[in-house]
Amino acid sequence: MSAYRVPPTACHLAYFASMEIKKGIGVSSGVVICTAVVLDAEDLLIPKRLVEAEQIPREIERFDRAVADSIEDLGKLKDSLTLHAGEDVAGVGGIFDFHMGVLRDKVLLRQITDEIKKNRASAEYAVSTVMRRSANTFLAMTDRYFSERVKDIHDIERRLLRNLIGQKHEDLLHLTSDVVVIAHDLLPSQTAALDRNHVKGFASDVGGRTSHTAIVARAMGIPAVVGLGNITSEVSGGDIVIIDGTRGVVIVNPDAEQLVEHREARKKQLELGKELADLVDLPAETLDGHIVSLQANIEFPEDVDDALTQGAQGIGLYRTEFLYLASDTEPTEEDHFEAYANALRRVGGRPLVIRTLDLGADKYTTAMAQSPERNPFLGDRSIRMCLHDIPMFKRQLRAVMRSSVLGDVRIMFPMICTIMELRQAKMVLNDVMEELEDEGVPFRRETPVGMMVEVPAAVIQADQFAKEVNFFSIGTNDLIQYTLAVDRTNEKVAGLFCPAHPAVLKLVRDTIRSGARNSISVSVCGEMAGDPLYTLLLLGLGLNTFSMSGPDIPEVKKIIRSTTMEHARQVARRVMSFDSERQVMHFLREETRKIIPEAF
Amino acid sequence: MVSKDVTVSNERGLHARPAMQFVDVANTFQSDVTVAKDGLEPIEVDGKSVMQMITLEATKGTVLNVKAQGDDAEAALKSLVELFETKFGEE
Repeated sequence: MSAYRVPPTACHLAYFASMEIKKGIGVSSGVVICTAVVLDAEDLLIPKRLVEAEQIPREIERFDRAVADSIEDLGKLKDSLTLHAGEDVAGVGGIFDFHMGVLRDKVLLRQITDEIKKNRASAEYAVSTVMRRSANTFLAMTDRYFSERVKDIHDIERRLLRNLIGQKHEDLLHLTSDVVVIAHDLLPSQTAALDRNHVKGFASDVGGRTSHTAIVARAMGIPAVVGLGNITSEVSGGDIVIIDGTRGVVIVNPDAEQLVEHREARKKQLELGKELADLVDLPAETLDGHIVSLQANIEFPEDVDDALTQGAQGIGLYRTEFLYLASDTEPTEEDHFEAYANALRRVGGRPLVIRTLDLGADKYTTAMAQSPERNPFLGDRSIRMCLHDIPMFKRQLRAVMRSSVLGDVRIMFPMICTIMELRQAKMVLNDVMEELEDEGVPFRRETPVGMMVEVPAAVIQADQFAKEVNFFSIGTNDLIQYTLAVDRTNEKVAGLFCPAHPAVLKLVRDTIRSGARNSISVSVCGEMAGDPLYTLLLLGLGLNTFSMSGPDIPEVKKIIRSTTMEHARQVARRVMSFDSERQVMHFLREETRKIIPEAF
Repeated sequence: MVSKDVTVSNERGLHARPAMQFVDVANTFQSDVTVAKDGLEPIEVDGKSVMQMITLEATKGTVLNVKAQGDDAEAALKSLVELFETKFGEE
């Protein structure tokens, strides 16, 4: 957070695009230098737009009109409120007076028109720049009453922008040049609707290693830094921003020195990428000839192409939530089928594991949230939600089964906790198969059925579950959360979220062992599978399928190709004898560094 | 130019409402009005700008120096100081 304060005197008017370095959590590595677009909670996107000199009077006129409209809005709002209440009991009228006063503030208005004139900025951009600068002055204040006025400033800014833009929101789907996206937190609906060719990086106010922003960034292979505090108020659309996802740093308006340094880093990174790319066509085989399968996790059918380029031998996890989140209405059976058929065309005969709806409280959009739950992570989510809405569940299952004749489809149920849940889900699947048969629709009856192992109960009863499914897939993110009682999106406790916790490792080991005992395959599809720190350990525990974000594949493959099964087993034995996550991480870091020194 | 020191005695300081009142009164005069605050970060702001007045962060007990310069400076200063003396009509 910036400590420097713009003194609100005459020099307040002069503005220098000063460099700002902010530290956050790097969640997707790489470096990008690009122009920023800033999304606020309302999706307003304020592009930096230079206007032609002869357009300046028009922009000033637009601005004047927006100010007049905003004052009129406020006047009406105030009247309607005082009319209702009879008298102004709560003093709400005073707030409107203050907002109107700010909109009549000649000094402020002059700052904005100056910005338009001197920098040939569009009215929107000038408003956004000046208001955000003022907001920063408020944020630096120590008295709570005064620092909270920043909310009023945002409110006034939004009102002005709404009047300027006339409710026409620009979206991220029609970009014409490369940008990085700065947001409070990216909503799934926002990531579903962004132009993947032009979005080159993310930075957000909140979030952790496993937040939605992080997952999408890794899937897209673009740098991302989260947990930056208030980056949205410090960047204006059009600012040049460096996002360094490797070091977890964001630099706003970098100086020449920073630019040079980061261009170098980017060059090196591209070179390393090239070296790893040479591995694409080689098998994930240890030096002593043990072969494992490296697969990719995807969110959209289009992700398959990138995953294959990175060397994926199949799709170990196709998250289908985006079908539900990308639009306001529930997807039809045809929507599902088209997506699955599309993914299968792209994956070309390799396995595609489709996970049925795993919507959880952390992924709700406000539109879909019915009534807030007191404890959403322990609430009506995932398979529970599906079993509560059989018609919806059936629509998805029908589409999966119909697509089963088009390729190597496998179906996977998430968040199974009890054997009855699994049996119920399979019963619904049987119903669907019978219906399809009656209708004469072709499907593959022997489509493998698997389950996610992501709650401790499933591990403890793994041998029972193993008799009723064809495969297990360990979802480490949720398994860690439910084992360690940590909400990974809560920044205050996120530090406790650690895959290296010995209790978590025992659960992972027991699941792999149970799979081996019952001759069913086991994969890990959580973040742990793609983290090179855990590759030796998982290999040594006997894991044979790793499913991860595509961009993680080359590095994991490099580790596997540089070690022996014998060595990996030794590492695993050693790790399982430790009693703290610190020991585990320290040891694994040492061992991994021996293989790829540049990794950490 | 005339000036006078005043002390903010309102419970919540020179918050939005009194700041508005001050600016409204200041704007009825021709004279330029500035308000200065001493301290670690001494600042001086335009007394006709509510945004700048708020950035004074004038909490209860803060001493401010009000200045007026122009033809009606005397009258302006008198009216503005009066606002502080009557606690901007608050308790």
